[in-house]
Amino acid sequence: MTVNLTLLVVMGVLFAVGVYLILERSLTRVMLGLILITNGANVLILSTGGAAGLAPLFGKDIPPDAYNDPLPQALILTSIVISFAVTAFLLGIIYRSWILGRQDEVQDDIEDRRVANQPSFDAEDDAEMPAETTEFIKAEAEESPGTPTARAKGEE
Amino acid sequence: MNAASVAPLAVVLPILGAALAFLFIRQPKLQRTVTISTLTLTLCLEAFLLYSAWTSGVQAVTLGGWPPPFGISMVVDEFSSLMLVVSTTVSLAVLIYAAGQGMAGGDEDGPVSIFHPTYMILVAGVSNAFLTGDLFNLYVGFEILLTASYVLMTLGGTGPRVRAGITYVVVSVISSMLFLVSIAMIYAATGTINMADLALRLDALDPGTNMMLHLMLVVAFGIKAAMFPLSFWLPDSYPTAPAPVTAVFAGLLTKVGVYALVRTETLLFPGDRINTFLMITALLTMIVGILGAIAQIDIKRMLSFTLVSHIGYMVFGLALSSRLGLASTVYYVAHHITVQTSLFLVAGLIDRRGGTTNMDRLGGLARLSPLLAVLFFVPAMNLAGIPPFSGFLGKLGLLQAGVDLGTPVAYVLVAGGVITSLLTLLAMARVWNRAFWRTPEDAEHPDPVLVATTPDGSMLRTSRLVADQPMGRFSGKSVMDLLPRTMVGSTLALVLVGVALTVFAGPLFQLSDQAAASMLERTPYIDAVLGPGAGAGGENAP
Repeated sequence: MTVNLTLLVVMGVLFAVGVYLILERSLTRVMLGLILITNGANVLILSTGGAAGLAPLFGKDIPPDAYNDPLPQALILTSIVISFAVTAFLLGIIYRSWILGRQDEVQDDIEDRRVANQPSFDAEDDAEMPAETTEFIKAEAEESPGTPTARAKGEE
Repeated sequence: MNAASVAPLAVVLPILGAALAFLFIRQPKLQRTVTISTLTLTLCLEAFLLYSAWTSGVQAVTLGGWPPPFGISMVVDEFSSLMLVVSTTVSLAVLIYAAGQGMAGGDEDGPVSIFHPTYMILVAGVSNAFLTGDLFNLYVGFEILLTASYVLMTLGGTGPRVRAGITYVVVSVISSMLFLVSIAMIYAATGTINMADLALRLDALDPGTNMMLHLMLVVAFGIKAAMFPLSFWLPDSYPTAPAPVTAVFAGLLTKVGVYALVRTETLLFPGDRINTFLMITALLTMIVGILGAIAQIDIKRMLSFTLVSHIGYMVFGLALSSRLGLASTVYYVAHHITVQTSLFLVAGLIDRRGGTTNMDRLGGLARLSPLLAVLFFVPAMNLAGIPPFSGFLGKLGLLQAGVDLGTPVAYVLVAGGVITSLLTLLAMARVWNRAFWRTPEDAEHPDPVLVATTPDGSMLRTSRLVADQPMGRFSGKSVMDLLPRTMVGSTLALVLVGVALTVFAGPLFQLSDQAAASMLERTPYIDAVLGPGAGAGGENAP
């Protein structure tokens, strides 16, 4: 099998730049990195077809070796469509993230941090409801002022 | 004409259902009817496929009239058809659950109208991945189900879901690219991507090249199956999604990865090449996963970690590559899909009944809702592997197969399996003690929904306390059905399916054994795809 060196070098550069971009914290750059990596994979598939040949349209006088291998191109077509859909979705979700948080960065998982800092309950983080509407908790807090976290802090 | 010629319908029917559901996007009732009936029809079809695979062995069909190694093959064997039936049963239960949640309302987490078509596409992708006999078509199947899962994961587009969704999408795309690159490499090395054809040609390759292709596929599927250390993404992304979505992801998506891993290991790269490596990975997956589960205070996150941990059992059986080990893996996958999904559905019910899944805020659910307690208790004990449940039978098979192998690593793995089982019991007992057994007053910070409800009824009637919250999930509703019959009913049905796996363990284990034998032998699969006699050259030395 003959291999096109230019295609391989292009593929290598696409992968290298893609991996570099994915390691960034900015979401737009991560997305650009993913685009480059998918394109790198497509170039790789193209180069698996061997040297370029004739278009695979049947002709009586053409020897079978002269044709291009059509299968890799069919695969690339499929994978281009898939990566197109995924990129569109990713763009949408990055835009949503920008709308919600006004930032274009990978955010930390709050729950992860909380589990890391056991004891687990953080009254402030966990208060889902505004304090004034949850009379029940307030009433209970008055009955027993020593909630576990408060007690723990007191002991310290 | 064989039974496999109707196999493509298992993919086509859900896609058709998705199209219809999309058409009826403004008529929720019609949409629900269409999707549920399509899925029921698919299930009947798949039951027929399972029956025919059981009685007459492996069958294949090549699509589009192309001769076998060139066209896309679809293969119905015991393993793939069993996976199809179990996965569609679970999908159907979850769909009914989701429909119930949508009807009952009162939940900003409730599925929106886009849920139904997307869900059907997910089912189609899963079926395609199970049925296909073509490596690139497997990639397409993965992408169908992943793209649907991206939408389902970020349903509603709230902050935590977007954050979790981005991690999930990026990790999935990278694993898919790794898979695609492996396919390209395999095609360059062998000139085919038909799995049966590959099984014959890969052996002829240089061992170094062969090992490289093998490891690339293992890493790609390892990310999808959440094998340690490639499992980091799962507990971060699963718990934030709506309850039915998490349940179906937990049941199906990682198992598709496990299925692909089993197929590659048995069909494409048979024999003892990386078995020790897989055993060590299995051990680490089990132990690290379950230690993570014990540290959690949120039930959904805890369940996500047990999911990772129990993937280790499946890899364990696969790594032994003995007939008993593989049969136990097949049985264990079927058991785990059912049980893990029912546990996540119960977690969704706990969320509705108690207002939260945070164990610090729950208590007294056993008294408030005994039915819910039973629904949790049975699959929890099943997962932990208490006799006589199916979890015990699957684990017993795995441990026996491990002892049969008798190498030091296998014994360490057996010990690790037992410890993981014990620690799973501990994690489940913690949920039981805290959420169900103690009184609500003992909870560190009881949730308002939990304490505001009367002990006997499942309806929430306290209007002032809960309905007046401006941002609360039940705002504006004075009477609220906390445990709608459809949701409880579908969960109950799935729990009963889990129990049925125990009751019918005999025939089921026989089927798993038959599946394992045919997978280890390889010739039935290759013969079915390429024609009789083709597989004789590539026989697998046991």
